[in-house]
Amino acid sequence: MTDETPSTRKIIEEQTLDDDLGMQSNVVLQPDPALAPGVAKGARQYGEFVQLLHDSWHVRRTKIGLGILLAMLALVILGPLVAPYSPTEFVGPPFSGPSDGVYLGTDYIGHDVLTRVLYGGRTVITLALAATVLGLVVGVSLGLIAGYGRRWVDETLMRALDVVLAFPSIVLALLFVSVFGPRLWLIVLLVGLSHAPRIARVTRVAAMEIAHRDFVRAAEALGVSRTRILGAEILPNITSPLLVEFGLRLTYSIGIIAALSFLGFGLQPPAADWGLMINENRIGITVQPYAVAVPVVLIGVLTIATNMIADGVARALVGIDRDTGAAA
Amino acid sequence: MPPLLKLILIRLGLGVLTLFLVSLIVFAATQLLPGDPAQAILGKDAADKARYEALRQQLQLDRPLYEQYTSWLAGVMVGDMGNSIVQQDVPVTDLLADRLINSTVLVLFAALLSIPIAILIGALSAVWRDSRFDSTTNLTNLTLAALPEFVVGILLVLFFATAVFNWMPAVSRVDSEVPLSQQLDLFVLPAITLCIAVVPYISRMLRASTIEVLESEYVMMARLKGLSGNLVLWRHSMPNAIVPTLQVIALNLAWLAGGIVTVEYLFGFPGVGQALVDSVANRDIPMVQALCLLIAAVYVVLNLIADVATILISPRLRTGLR
Amino acid sequence: MSTPQQTPASNGDVVLRVEDLRIVLDPSGIDIDDQVSFAIHQGEVLGLVGESASGKTTAATSLLAHQRRGAKIAGGSVTIAGTDVLSAAPGALRKLRGGLISYVPQDASAALNPALRIGTQLMEILEAHSFGSSRADREARLREMLEEVLLPSDRSFVRRYPHQLSGGQQQRVAIAMAFACRPKVIVLDEPTTALDVTTQAHVLETIRDLTRSYGVSALYVTHDLAVVANLADRIAVMYAGRLVEIGSREALFAGAWHPYTRKLLAAIPDISGDRGLHGIPGWAPRPGQRVAGCAFTPRCDMHIDRCAIEFPPDEGETADHRVRCWRWRELAEAPLDIRGPLREITEAKNTLQQPSVVSVRDVSAFYQHKEVLHGVSAELREHRCLALVGESGSGKTTLARCIAGLHPFRIDGDIELRGTPLARDSRSRTRAERQAIQYIFQSPYSSLNPRKTIRQLLAQPIDVFFKLSREEAEERMVKVLDQVALDRSLLSRYPEQLSGGERQRVAIARGLAAEPTVLICDEVTSWLDVSVQAAIIELLAQLQAELGVSMLFVTHNLALIRSIAQEVAVMSEGLFVEYGLVDAVLDDPQADYTKKLLTDTPTLELVQ
Repeated sequence: MTDETPSTRKIIEEQTLDDDLGMQSNVVLQPDPALAPGVAKGARQYGEFVQLLHDSWHVRRTKIGLGILLAMLALVILGPLVAPYSPTEFVGPPFSGPSDGVYLGTDYIGHDVLTRVLYGGRTVITLALAATVLGLVVGVSLGLIAGYGRRWVDETLMRALDVVLAFPSIVLALLFVSVFGPRLWLIVLLVGLSHAPRIARVTRVAAMEIAHRDFVRAAEALGVSRTRILGAEILPNITSPLLVEFGLRLTYSIGIIAALSFLGFGLQPPAADWGLMINENRIGITVQPYAVAVPVVLIGVLTIATNMIADGVARALVGIDRDTGAAA
Repeated sequence: MPPLLKLILIRLGLGVLTLFLVSLIVFAATQLLPGDPAQAILGKDAADKARYEALRQQLQLDRPLYEQYTSWLAGVMVGDMGNSIVQQDVPVTDLLADRLINSTVLVLFAALLSIPIAILIGALSAVWRDSRFDSTTNLTNLTLAALPEFVVGILLVLFFATAVFNWMPAVSRVDSEVPLSQQLDLFVLPAITLCIAVVPYISRMLRASTIEVLESEYVMMARLKGLSGNLVLWRHSMPNAIVPTLQVIALNLAWLAGGIVTVEYLFGFPGVGQALVDSVANRDIPMVQALCLLIAAVYVVLNLIADVATILISPRLRTGLR
Repeated sequence: MSTPQQTPASNGDVVLRVEDLRIVLDPSGIDIDDQVSFAIHQGEVLGLVGESASGKTTAATSLLAHQRRGAKIAGGSVTIAGTDVLSAAPGALRKLRGGLISYVPQDASAALNPALRIGTQLMEILEAHSFGSSRADREARLREMLEEVLLPSDRSFVRRYPHQLSGGQQQRVAIAMAFACRPKVIVLDEPTTALDVTTQAHVLETIRDLTRSYGVSALYVTHDLAVVANLADRIAVMYAGRLVEIGSREALFAGAWHPYTRKLLAAIPDISGDRGLHGIPGWAPRPGQRVAGCAFTPRCDMHIDRCAIEFPPDEGETADHRVRCWRWRELAEAPLDIRGPLREITEAKNTLQQPSVVSVRDVSAFYQHKEVLHGVSAELREHRCLALVGESGSGKTTLARCIAGLHPFRIDGDIELRGTPLARDSRSRTRAERQAIQYIFQSPYSSLNPRKTIRQLLAQPIDVFFKLSREEAEERMVKVLDQVALDRSLLSRYPEQLSGGERQRVAIARGLAAEPTVLICDEVTSWLDVSVQAAIIELLAQLQAELGVSMLFVTHNLALIRSIAQEVAVMSEGLFVEYGLVDAVLDDPQADYTKKLLTDTPTLELVQ
């Protein structure tokens, strides 16, 4: 293992079609400048992270996803400002259809559906974002320690995280809610922690692959501290898969938090919340479908948007890896 | 001891360890609280002396913590999970038995539906790579994979029960007198919802692993040996492409154990998931403990099966190499 | 280059003819290979030689009408025994592959299906081509195949999975598969690259024997001229997707007519020490970055204006030896410019009198619980270079890592720097100690952090070891870049924008920036083209002489050491098999292992 000559798999991989394409070199300088055919197409001027963002942008689905996401954010942030009524105001008989001024009809009590829709997205998005960020911070930290630290630390951490993984996120949340009741901070905490093991896994694998590279060893040889190596050598090289993971986790967070509200364990009535609205108005679905349909579609569109962005970034990443010949 | 057996036993051991730790978490979440758990659980209902005392009795809160845990765990082992708080004097296990059967049937139904469809779609998209079919499926998968399962469920309800047809009952009204086998239409919508939630992942995985295999050196070599297309596909490609997919299938089945919670609630299906939601709402702690333990156990067992199956299938691992 | 009916050096008719082959990238349409034409005669072995970006592998697989995803055959023809391969119908093509022409892959470990037993994989080719008239026939042939490649043919072996075989055995299985149905032509794609020298020698011998006994024609693709020197009857040289010269082995080695071929010959390490090692500056251009005319122009010291505009036509005195160069006639007159070696390197006076900088005494090292180095002792002397030579698993990298403080497991024994014992782990060493010993890694693709600019990479050792102002640091960086013949404009680039050779120079510069006493070079040229390797070795030798650093040069290639080291330690299985002055050891080896290594290392005897 330690003494492997270039006679290993890797060199073969480099020396097949890639070799014939000379993938190793991106020509910048020619020995005789007069004959230089110019800078190679796609030669990178900026750092790879910026390049990733740039490439992702050009994947069509990222643009679409981002567009939708921005529209949703606008809806959620500006919504309350343009709502015709207050979310708890009675504007008509329950479950009445759309009419003048009450464009989406009324809900099971008599509130204006449109207003409640405009107010109802804030909680989901805020909580989902908070949970994902929490999960990312915890997961990445644990993953880095596991991936670059000592073997026994790695084993213990992974076993411990496996236990958390044994619970479906929603079950974990429900377990604690049964005792503490539906507290929002608790939901953020639990959903975030339920993401941590999966993110830690991804981080760990990525970190381990990087930690094997010689430039990390070179830094160790110079005597650079472990923390600095983690921050300056390893972390910058794993930002790309982490970005993808963030997008995916955000999608799940939205789904779980909306589901918890739907089950009645999120915001409580009479607060306006999309998930809650779906549950409240289910009974009248045949009579007044808008009260259910609109929030459902909005949640769906939101998750589709975040997933598209995550997928777009993932595709751009594959493209970049191929060009630099990096291990996927 | 043959290395294969050793490997499997280690996995089993780890599984048992995980279950043990899971029970610890379930216990800790419900009884390891600062202050008085019974008070916290009952909230304002604690004023009701009878209920309060009953709960304290149930949870054995008078005894020291580790004793609480060990006696609880001992109970779990023999199948005695205490009585429901809501329906006093009725053992938790009695209440769960039927529901467990219902949920199992539902999950199996969903699995039998999803796996063949997903495999077919995945394999075809790989073989017809970059075709119209492939791009359409790709986009559909992306969309469906994003949607939370209850959103899918509601959309189905909106579609079938209201706007379009009045086929399916929007809510499963189970008649407990009639055996479930005669009320199969109640399974349909929940099963379809679960199926839609799971198919995108499995088919995407199969597509990716099939493509990777089709582009591998050994498949290229097989072609250069002059082997027929069928041989290349069935003898050389599929066995290798299946392995990662099996893992994904097992993981998704495990996921279904959690997915049934919202889906059953949505359709009013009398299963384990709905029971969990109800007991959480009612603060029926023994029920909650039992259900969480059950669902987590299913998760762990299915993952274990996935691990062992992978070992058995890949020759490298089978012959004891790491 | 088309060879009309004339009979060349080999006897026999043309078995394979390639005309004007053109392969492009799909979908961009950029050329990978263009105007490739050659012919192989009955019983002849043609060596197709090229470095990276030469397009040789792409050309090779086209002979079986196969291209990877991302490339497409855009023109030309391939004819084998009268059959047109490129326009064959799918059914006919399948019969051809494995039947008329077969392929030996570069990496057998990847080319064998991990999920199938090797018996299955061998038998299926016989079945697919309906070999013999019965199952018994095929089974007999199977046994015969295995015996021919010197593998066991018993049932237990046949039932093994690929991962249960060694690299050499896997490659033999691949060769057996290729000869199974007695094809007319075999394409061998660098089949020994993944093997170490001894195994390589065996496999080459097997290939030679089988091609002779079967009377099969072969195309042997390689980047290593020395390997093919003893195997090929004729040699074709490719550069940047085009065939630049083709001729018999004798003709080429006596006097190549193309500047690139001549330079390539000069870049091949010579184990006998009669020839110096000289590299070619620059690197081969990728598809899409080649000049319109002859792609070698930027690196050619004989180029004229016409070279960059027009690709020279196929010319030559006979049908046997063809070349594509505007000035070939002048080169045909001139003898090969084989400059003498820098004899000063190995004949360095008073080597043994030089004071010791690093002493290794009775050092044993472990990999987890297994001992991989068994009590070795060595001296690194001031102003001198010690070469550590061995195959994979010999322990040479382990020893180098121990000296550098990069070995994470147990080490027994003493390692001293100028008399002071060194701590095992680099972190436990003093700053001065860490500065004194700098390590250059094998892979230029893995030793530079892709997220950092060259400036940031060079700054790291400067920041750790010195307190310099911005300007001073920048000056230092320019100075070290200059020492490795790189321009300062590279400072703001990222590693991926540099070629392999440039990256390795940056790695060396990084080492130099610390102003070390000892430079450890761990197989630093193994990932580089032959011509680039030669340039790097020249650079290292020059630096060592100018700066006076002590060097530890780790390599598996015995042929390199005369160009850079004064002393050598030959290692095998964690022990020093031989240790002494380079000239002494190479001219008069004592140990059997060394003798074997010398015989097995492929060499090139050039005719003056």
